[in-house]
Amino acid sequence: MASLNLLLSVCFCYVILLFLVAFVADRLAARGRSTWLRSPLIYTLSLSIYCTAWTFYGAVGYAARSGLEFVTIYLGPTLVMIGWWWGLRKLVRIGRSHRVTSIADLLSSRYGKSNTLAIGVTILAVIGVTPYISLQLQSITLSFSIFADADPGSDDRVGATVIWVAAGLAVFAILFGTRNLDANERHHGVVMAIAIEAVVKLVALLAVGVFVVWQVSGGVAATMARIDASEIGQWQVDGGRWASITFLAAAAFVCLPRMFQVMVVENDDERHLRTAAWAFPLYLLLMSLFVVPIAAIGLELMPTGANPDLFVLTIPLSQGREGLAMLSFLGGFSSATSMVIVAAMALSTMVSNQIVMPIWLSSQTQQASQSGDVRKIVLLSRRVSIGAIMLLGVAYYEMSGGGAALASIGLISFAGIAQILPALVGGLFWRGATRLGAIAGLSVGFGIWMFSLLLPGLGSGLLPQHVMEQGLFGIAALRPHALFSITGMDPIEHCVLWSLTLNTLAFFIVSVASFPNPVERLQGAQFVNVFEHSAGPRGWTGSVAQSEDLMVMTQRILGTQDARDLFQREAALQGEYGHLPEPTPEFLERLERQLAGSVGAATAHAMIGQIVGGSSVSVQDLLAVADESAQMLEYSSQLEVQSEELSRTARKLREANEKLTQISLQKDTFLSQVSHELRTPMTSIRAFSEILRDASDLDEADKRKYATIIHDEALRLTRLLNDLLDLSVLESGQVSLNMRPGNVKDVLDHSIVSALAGADGSLDVIRDEDSERIPLYSDLDRLAQVFINLITNALKYCDAEQPDLRIMARTEENTVIVDMVDNGSGIPAEAQAMVFEKFARVSAEKAGGAGLGLAICREIMQRLGGDVVYLPGEAGAGFRVTLPTKGENAG
Amino acid sequence: MSRRVLLIEDEPNIIEAIRFLLTRDGWDVNTHSDGTNAVEVVQEAKPDLVILDMMLPGRSGMDILRDLREIVELAGLPVLMLTARGQSRDRDMAEKAGVSRFMTKPFSNTEVLTAVRDLVAQASRS
Repeated sequence: MASLNLLLSVCFCYVILLFLVAFVADRLAARGRSTWLRSPLIYTLSLSIYCTAWTFYGAVGYAARSGLEFVTIYLGPTLVMIGWWWGLRKLVRIGRSHRVTSIADLLSSRYGKSNTLAIGVTILAVIGVTPYISLQLQSITLSFSIFADADPGSDDRVGATVIWVAAGLAVFAILFGTRNLDANERHHGVVMAIAIEAVVKLVALLAVGVFVVWQVSGGVAATMARIDASEIGQWQVDGGRWASITFLAAAAFVCLPRMFQVMVVENDDERHLRTAAWAFPLYLLLMSLFVVPIAAIGLELMPTGANPDLFVLTIPLSQGREGLAMLSFLGGFSSATSMVIVAAMALSTMVSNQIVMPIWLSSQTQQASQSGDVRKIVLLSRRVSIGAIMLLGVAYYEMSGGGAALASIGLISFAGIAQILPALVGGLFWRGATRLGAIAGLSVGFGIWMFSLLLPGLGSGLLPQHVMEQGLFGIAALRPHALFSITGMDPIEHCVLWSLTLNTLAFFIVSVASFPNPVERLQGAQFVNVFEHSAGPRGWTGSVAQSEDLMVMTQRILGTQDARDLFQREAALQGEYGHLPEPTPEFLERLERQLAGSVGAATAHAMIGQIVGGSSVSVQDLLAVADESAQMLEYSSQLEVQSEELSRTARKLREANEKLTQISLQKDTFLSQVSHELRTPMTSIRAFSEILRDASDLDEADKRKYATIIHDEALRLTRLLNDLLDLSVLESGQVSLNMRPGNVKDVLDHSIVSALAGADGSLDVIRDEDSERIPLYSDLDRLAQVFINLITNALKYCDAEQPDLRIMARTEENTVIVDMVDNGSGIPAEAQAMVFEKFARVSAEKAGGAGLGLAICREIMQRLGGDVVYLPGEAGAGFRVTLPTKGENAG
Repeated sequence: MSRRVLLIEDEPNIIEAIRFLLTRDGWDVNTHSDGTNAVEVVQEAKPDLVILDMMLPGRSGMDILRDLREIVELAGLPVLMLTARGQSRDRDMAEKAGVSRFMTKPFSNTEVLTAVRDLVAQASRS
């Protein structure tokens, strides 16, 4: 068939082109002209290996079978890119600063360089991804068979394509993926090639879409009408399935080894993520734009029973558009090959680094210390791994017979890979995550996935029929599709729910229950706080042994004086004049011992090794250093915490004690003042009542006089008790205020009348009644009490010949201000501060008060939301009362 | 034999009561109510006994007592101290400072009278 031959030659040319692109890109990169090779655009396009043949062909098939559900596959990554780009940035930063080569490497590194974990993740990835690789191979074969118009099994040429394609891809991956052992593991050629392929698949799908909508269907309106008429428009949305597939796609986008390879390992600049955050979702949008039209038209146009997965090819062919069909084929071919190449590279890196190399290294003793040796071995093991993975893919394809629908394998694979998510996200954001927790979570999730999705999904035979129906060991709760007897769920949704829930739970519980070792803790801290740590290591420059360098280092560790003493002592021992000894082996040994006392033996060894350069610092040395420093950090931080706690407690105790002492002092003073104030009138009362009782010869005038004294003193006692009670109620805050509207003038009227009634002396009150008409809302009785007290004080203490009291009232921004100033000599400056204290009396002469009046006034005003203060600088004694017009209760 | 009492107290009613009591008993009562210059007043008046209030304006009775006990020619002068602050610490301090008798207000008239008589008698015997 001519078209098949043509197709093969076009295909061949295309592959040659890809080889050329990769070759040129590698060359340019080697010459240092890699700037445009590593633009944000190329990065974004390389991310498109997310869209494999599964999405190129399968999305249409998916839409034809399940309607709009295919959107979930695009929705997941879109959400991650837009909503979680800061998480990806952290991932990329960690990947770059720790020289991570794969997702297995990342997890193992995070969880204390755990080999077990690395091997586990690698195995999980291989098991999860191999079906996916064979899926791509299958798609290529299927599309070939469309052109060959024959059954894949019957035509030799088509049947053999799988082998040839796999071999070709293996060669490409080996050539450009393992050309050299770059320190930062970047492959410009491969990335450039998959970027080209990304463009080809997008153009191809858009071309088919445009053709279908405008050529076959006759415009947008007609297409919409056809979609409405077809079954696709009527499918029901299953919320649980949608949510779980969207989540799966999101998880796979982050966890898939090939995605990790392009997103993290191949990333050249963190800022590229910023572009990709909007550009990649846009790419996905374009990829999904024509899926529904193609599916709807395909269902209508093609005979029943035609494979909807291949509508993208078969529609153009059925319309006699071989050129378009060929472009579409190249699109599918690009999708499949780019995925297989990167997946094989990523998996081979994991297999080689995490499984093959550790085994090989442990089988060797010490001869392999020359680096050339190891490089060759690493490259070889990677190449072999790529071959093995391809073979595995082909074998799986042959075994499964290519029967299962493309989409279901994709989802099964996603669900398996998603098991990495809890350990990954936990490792990035939670310092408490431990190696044992990660292993537990992964094992649980992996086990459930195998049992409930992978094994049943691989077709009959792998799980016996009775297990499917009656459960493992005949236990109904262990049926693969109805774990814990919860039935009626979609298998994917069911598996995702149980595996990820129990995975996360196991990860969390075991992490909390287990204790991380020092390396783990160190790595955990570095990963979680990567943005604080990634300044890059600062090393010693120059490897020549220099006493001065040693001196500087020693000073930092031992302190300037001790270091100087040590070096002078050593210099003297060597017979050197001055303070710098020769770096003889004996001296270095003693120095190392000295330093070891401060920083630990391994660190001391490594540090001196760095400066002297005689012995190389091995990875083991560095790990030991990390171990030591972690322990020391832990210990010192514990001590720090303890001593901080102690001093905090001590401070609190001291403060409490000071407060208590102060309170007790205040209480003592107050009590003795109260005692004095009570006993004084009582003394008079007792003395005069005894006089009245015992002295029978008193005349009437004396009797009356003494009785009056007794009476007055009794009143004084009563007043004192009242004041004390008033004060205690005010101070304890239990006073209930009787707030009501009123007027300053009315309150003053009432207060002046009360204060002057029955007063001995005379006091001229000068007012401006117009200015006093200020409405206010307050406890008017309490306010009057304050005014009365102040007026009474003026009455008692004003020492002018013609005592007067000037009252001035005004408002200022919702505050009433009432000043009362008399014309006496005022209060001496040194006493002004204490007039409001309890029992403070300024003058020696008695005025009948207990010295609580102003203290009470101040309490009252503060309860009313205002204050009363002494007004210095006036002619006489002046007091200012302030209070809010709209009584906000301060108390 | 002179029977002179100097009363240093600032509360007018109490002054009046004590003056009444002692005058009736035949004592010559001088009064003073400021703490600041109380020591000089005592030195000048040279009474047979001083009744001293603890809380005085200007200076505390305790300080005045200490000063009085420093003065050689006043050695043996009986000092009866009155206080309205019911604190036992004050009594200890006053006794340490050399008070002759310490009384808490309110006192009984008989008590004051007896104390004045006893203290002056003791002082004149020795």
